[in-house]
Amino acid sequence: MPIVLVIGFFQYVIIQQPFPNLERILPGIIFVVLGLALFVQGLEMALFPLGESMANAFAKKGSLIALLSFAFCLGFGTTVAEPALIAVAAEAASVAAKGGVIAVNDDAMASYATNLRLVVALSVGVAVMLGVLRILKGWPMQYIIIGGYIFVIIITNFAPANIIGIAYDSGGVTTSTVTVPLVTALGVGLSKTIRGRNPMIDGFGLIAFASLSPVIFVLLFGIVTAAIS
Amino acid sequence: MMIELMYFLMNTIISTVIDILPIIVILFGFQFIIIRKKIPNFKKIIIGFIYVLLGLSLFLVGLDEALFPIGQTMAYQLSDPDFLTGGLDIEIGWGDYIWVYIFAAAIGFSTTIAEPSLIAVAIKAEEISGGGIKSWGLRGAVAIGVAVGVSLGTFRIVSGTSLPLYIMAAYIVVIIQTYFASKTIIPLAYDTGGVTTSTVTVPVVAALGLGLASSVPGRSALLDGFGLIAFASVFPIMSVLAYAKIADMISLRQAANNEGKHDLD
Repeated sequence: MPIVLVIGFFQYVIIQQPFPNLERILPGIIFVVLGLALFVQGLEMALFPLGESMANAFAKKGSLIALLSFAFCLGFGTTVAEPALIAVAAEAASVAAKGGVIAVNDDAMASYATNLRLVVALSVGVAVMLGVLRILKGWPMQYIIIGGYIFVIIITNFAPANIIGIAYDSGGVTTSTVTVPLVTALGVGLSKTIRGRNPMIDGFGLIAFASLSPVIFVLLFGIVTAAIS
Repeated sequence: MMIELMYFLMNTIISTVIDILPIIVILFGFQFIIIRKKIPNFKKIIIGFIYVLLGLSLFLVGLDEALFPIGQTMAYQLSDPDFLTGGLDIEIGWGDYIWVYIFAAAIGFSTTIAEPSLIAVAIKAEEISGGGIKSWGLRGAVAIGVAVGVSLGTFRIVSGTSLPLYIMAAYIVVIIQTYFASKTIIPLAYDTGGVTTSTVTVPVVAALGLGLASSVPGRSALLDGFGLIAFASVFPIMSVLAYAKIADMISLRQAANNEGKHDLD
């Protein structure tokens, strides 16, 4: 485990303090190794085949609405309950309260945090849906992503300073460990089933959509809430 | 001790179940209501799901027990002004934080190598590219990108320079690289940006950012502490695009060399 080496090196050589409670750390490391091995096993047994077989089934069924609503639900449902997002949203609410954007009380902060979470979840749902549509149509991905980047750069100039850091970070927190393999398998499965699609070119990219769109939506959210108050 | 650990494990399993419950509801809801077909190998998939659940819970408990507490205290210790000056009362500039940058790079690299979602994408990429992309090569390239990104991100917090400026510059580099990259690698490279930052990297890196911003004089944790994750998501895109370019160039040169030999024959 490289993490162990890094921490061990810095602890002994740089800070020069002994490890606190080594007897807790050793079982912890065994847990990590065992956990990863089990996870990878489960990945190959459940998440990958399930994602691909569902992609196949949807492609055969031929109902665009069913597929797109599945994509939306997958993006929305997995993000709205994401613990990392809940933490970031609460953090963002306290920043906003300090910055005077919203009132400094629990009610205002809670509703701000909930709204932000819904906005991010909505954006991920839309992003996965759009990503699936891209696979079906075979649009080249780079133009969409670069267009997204340019849009981010433009609206950053209008966003309040204290939301920018959170917005940029929100793209990273939305893609959880269970969602990533499922979404990847879905994309690859779809591009394998649909004629004329190359899994390498068209199969990947769903996660990139799911990481870019929250940045845009949170920046817009910041602009709108600042404009209202 | 053991009982405490077991209790903690049970709690984590329960909260992991709650976390992935919406996913399960959506998956099976669509499976039964819309697709209305039997899932092939249903039993195997259920067992696999249990493996994922157990594996993820064990992994999280292990991280919580062993690595997060030390990683977080170290982030604080390394950025503590007392440690930096050796207790002397001298002015500290950004150059004195050298160990913070190195620590940030090392922790960024190692947490990324251990990231389960990156492992998942790397496995798929190797499978689809028919071995053209090596799972380890991809993970290494991504980890280097995160290392550089997080390290640069800590420099930004220490020096107090503007976050959008760095991110815009990074975007522009990505756009230029995309222009020259081969079409097959672009989606994968963009995906790795989102994948790098999940279970392992986010808590450690976020703690590093917040710790640093609260201990560096003149920085506010709330305004300057964010942004490290953004760095960790953009830089892997660059490193994966660069990795693909270098791999391409090496195979081209090899091909050219082989042709050269033919001419001599």
